[in-house]
Amino acid sequence: MAEQTLLRQSPLAFAADRLAEVTRATGGAVYIAELPFLTQLNLRLDPKGPAAEAGALELGVPLPTGPGAATSGPAGSDELTVVWLGPDEWLVIGPPGTESDLAARLRSAIGDEHAAVVDVSAQRTTLELSGPRARDLLASGCALDLHPRVFGEGASAQTLLARAQVILVGRRDGAFRVLVRASFAAYLVDWLIDASVEYRVTR
Amino acid sequence: MSQEFRTTSGGRIDRDQAVRFRFGGRDYEGYAGDTLASALLANGVIQTSTSIKLGRPRGIFAAGVEEPNALVQVEEPFPEPMLTATTVELYDGLVARGLPGQGRLANEPDPARYDAMHAHCDVLVVGAGPAGLAAASVAAASGARVVLVDDQPEPGGSLLGTRETGALDWAASVAADLRANPEVRLLTRTTAFGYYDDNYVIAVERRTNHLGAAAPAHLSRERIWRIRARHVVLATGAHERSLAFDGNDLPGVMLAGAARTYVNRYGVRPGRRAVVFTTNDSAYAAAADLLDAGVEIAAIVDARPDANPQWRGVEVLAGHTIARARGEDRVAAVVLDDGREFAADLLLVSAGWNPAGALYSQVGGRLRFDADLGAFRPDGCRQAVEVAGAANGTYPVVGCLAEGTAAGQKAAEATGFTAGQVRPLPTIDERPATPPVHLWALPGDEATQFVDLQRDVTVADIRRATGAGMRSVEHVKRYTTAGTAHDQGKTSGTLTSGVVAHLLGVDVGDLGTTTFRPPYAPVSFAALAGRDRGALHDPVRVTALHSWHEAHGALFENVGQWKRPWYYPQAGEDLHAAVRRECRAVREGVGMMDASTLGKIDVQGPDAAVLLDRLYTNLISTLKVGAIRYGVMCRADGMVFDDGTVIRLASDRFLVTTTTGNAAAVLDWMEDFLQTEWPDLRVRCTSVTEQWATVALVGPRSREVLGALAPHLPVDNADFPFMTWRDTSVAGLPARVCRISFSGELAYELNVSWWDALALWEAVYAAGEPFGITTYGTETMHVLRAEKGYPIIGQDTDGTVTPQDLGMDWVVSKKKPDFVGKRSFARAENARPDRKHLVGLLPDDGATLLPEGAHLVEMETLPEPPVPMLGHVTSSYHSAALGRPFALALIRGGRDRMGERVYAPLGEALVPVTITSPVLYDPEGTRRDG
Repeated sequence: MAEQTLLRQSPLAFAADRLAEVTRATGGAVYIAELPFLTQLNLRLDPKGPAAEAGALELGVPLPTGPGAATSGPAGSDELTVVWLGPDEWLVIGPPGTESDLAARLRSAIGDEHAAVVDVSAQRTTLELSGPRARDLLASGCALDLHPRVFGEGASAQTLLARAQVILVGRRDGAFRVLVRASFAAYLVDWLIDASVEYRVTR
Repeated sequence: MSQEFRTTSGGRIDRDQAVRFRFGGRDYEGYAGDTLASALLANGVIQTSTSIKLGRPRGIFAAGVEEPNALVQVEEPFPEPMLTATTVELYDGLVARGLPGQGRLANEPDPARYDAMHAHCDVLVVGAGPAGLAAASVAAASGARVVLVDDQPEPGGSLLGTRETGALDWAASVAADLRANPEVRLLTRTTAFGYYDDNYVIAVERRTNHLGAAAPAHLSRERIWRIRARHVVLATGAHERSLAFDGNDLPGVMLAGAARTYVNRYGVRPGRRAVVFTTNDSAYAAAADLLDAGVEIAAIVDARPDANPQWRGVEVLAGHTIARARGEDRVAAVVLDDGREFAADLLLVSAGWNPAGALYSQVGGRLRFDADLGAFRPDGCRQAVEVAGAANGTYPVVGCLAEGTAAGQKAAEATGFTAGQVRPLPTIDERPATPPVHLWALPGDEATQFVDLQRDVTVADIRRATGAGMRSVEHVKRYTTAGTAHDQGKTSGTLTSGVVAHLLGVDVGDLGTTTFRPPYAPVSFAALAGRDRGALHDPVRVTALHSWHEAHGALFENVGQWKRPWYYPQAGEDLHAAVRRECRAVREGVGMMDASTLGKIDVQGPDAAVLLDRLYTNLISTLKVGAIRYGVMCRADGMVFDDGTVIRLASDRFLVTTTTGNAAAVLDWMEDFLQTEWPDLRVRCTSVTEQWATVALVGPRSREVLGALAPHLPVDNADFPFMTWRDTSVAGLPARVCRISFSGELAYELNVSWWDALALWEAVYAAGEPFGITTYGTETMHVLRAEKGYPIIGQDTDGTVTPQDLGMDWVVSKKKPDFVGKRSFARAENARPDRKHLVGLLPDDGATLLPEGAHLVEMETLPEPPVPMLGHVTSSYHSAALGRPFALALIRGGRDRMGERVYAPLGEALVPVTITSPVLYDPEGTRRDG
């Protein structure tokens, strides 16, 4: 299986150089990079039932209870983030390669309770956005209020960035994660790179 | 000769920075800080063009966005039509000309960037004059997030046109405070042009226009701001107005306040000798500043009988009005109502001020006529909005500052902040005001008394409208076009109301004003389009194999937002040749296709089978784990909505596929029923469309290719029968293989993680090479399925077609007690024998390819219209397997017409075609198992 893992291709692998160039051209004002192969599980269950409690306990991270929220475990390489997607729906985000194990753990913790745990790791890829102008860059295509007091760490939204549906997650130190459907990723990267032209450092 | 009307000192221009420009074919010089209008006036040019309808000379009339006359076309550095000279900032290399009405767009694409930003704030202040600055200052000091927008290059508003140095210093300090506050966004050169419900305001920022050709290419030239504010303060100021008298359109007739701005702000004398005609105090301030700048004031004509007859040694003609302005292409003399005549090249007019209420009105604010003010002013609005200063009809600067402060405080407190310390307000020495009088039209020749200068609308035109019986100012506006030009009646709107009221003998307040609509000022389409153009106009969705398809010469077809490989032409091949080759390869050997765009939904839960039984027309609950069933969904009206396969993964878990275009709609359909109709069902649905990439492996030799790729998978027909699936390893990749066919051939769909798509594709391509594997696209897929009579939902159906119409009675369960659409099948309409049925068509000449959409008629020669139609062609292709073209069609009673000849009118000819079964290839289904 090892050689097959090497052949895996993340949706934005082809754009890595162009994204790195953005950081250089903007003098670090904007940093954009793909975080490939993150584990993503779509979790659907009754938020008031025993499955919710069991799931949260197994994850070690409480399930966010309302719109616009995301919860995270302790920072680190095995950090888990849970994003609220709907009254009975969450996205569990974890480190690459853990999807089978995490899904099995959740499934067994939930037991016979009615719940859906679906591996959607390849469905969306993740972009990390940071730098002093990251917020402005997003504001050029996202209608939400991204002010640090309103959309800081622990905030999340399902929204439009330009003309692509994304899941936006507020991170530490003013950084963002943008989760985008694999088929829209190339468009979104073209759009982001074009948006970053504004912040180019000129001689 | 150069700039002979420039004063020797003063103004907010940079006299050390000369700027060269060209207007109307002549070269001129101005200074940085000029507008095109002020620079033209400095060079003695007041006439900018002729009027659109009557060809009369027209000159610079105002000094800002309200300018009705001085429309210009910028030619260089890049063509831009319909700008006003009063709002174009001067830059080196500007080439422009005056416009009699319409301009021209560039033929070449605009190289400049345009973009948009979303902004959110507690308090939005529109206008950075004294009131707006005071409001923003108070609100910002409270800690509120503030956005302040103003259309000028620097804050100050009306103060910029005065010599109030104390107030100007205050304005500069406040602006500096605001700029230093990280929670404040101060946007200059920004016009708020649309105000919508819930305090949504749209503005356009002109970011680099004023730099001309020197504008940095990486910065957007104009930016649309979409601002959502919790509270709004409108401090939009007021526009001065003129009145109707003979010759009031001659160049040299100018608003008094505009002349004051030209002399104070730009150091320009708009003329040498002026007559001032006023109905109020404000024109005296203008007269004083012009006098000090060396403009001779011949006389002040003050319509108020009690005006003081002497003012600074200038004769004041109290209680008088103007009979006419006289001159050829510029004012030469002004004639009074008593016949006295004054030689003058300038006639300054002030007939009062109109609070700028456009934004307020746009969002539903009422404007009420204030008889003392002689103008319409804000009178209540459903938004969280304050109006302060001249926009509220308060004209003294001290009053504006006080109202602005109060508005800022109110706005801050309304959004939960406590107003803080602010910079002390400046003291200004203002004379107590004496009341104005209000005049609209003076006696004279109504055909030369202009109400709307840009539209050439005169009092005579308005009299024609009222004479024709119109009593509403809205009707008069539409009949005469008054107020419909680029300026949207900023100087003419209230005057129009006044003149209509005057002619009808009614009160202006009873007549009212017209409603304002966005945009407040013209906005370029380039700015509105922003970056949504070219490749970014609409997202392009691609599969994980897109780059492979591109590298291998695929041409693409748009399917919704998806790009799907259409066909893969080899050297010298056109569409038909390539598709013929691809079809033959699949029917005779093996082909492969990227089918990743199919919609996929994971449906699980104890009641999953119940849900699917209710949504599909056929029975799903009897499906065994490991098996696959084709299914059709109908809407409640019984018409086909979508089709696809259902895979049973476990007793409580299914994977449903949908058509490419309907993936989101089908998921929404399921969620809609689960959330609103059947909340008791324990089912959860999850979209997995892009979790799984799908490669179709098709053709009599596909089994051999799969066998090579999955050595541990038993692939014999008995071990892996049609309509079953296996989880296995293909080319070392975890894969789900489904035996499904959309071509009638032996076929498999290989599903792997989107990440593994390329690895799988290349492995299949390599393993298939000994068998001559051929990649094929959507065109070949369409031909193959049409040869088998498989409909494409959305191509062979159009929302009026039932499963029975498609000849698919077998997919409609007779056993199920109910499902969505079932009740509709019992309608008499659905049982009519002459419904349109899906049939095959064979052109009798064996050669004609019928165009899709072609109509079909019964007769050999066309009768007089109306011609009864039998139906139309829905799909049409050349078939390599049949060796001839064929088509699918929806034809009235088609299944009862097998073998009949009908005709397709194509151009002048009627092409005979014969109706056949839609299944034209392998009707026995012998090829499915290889």
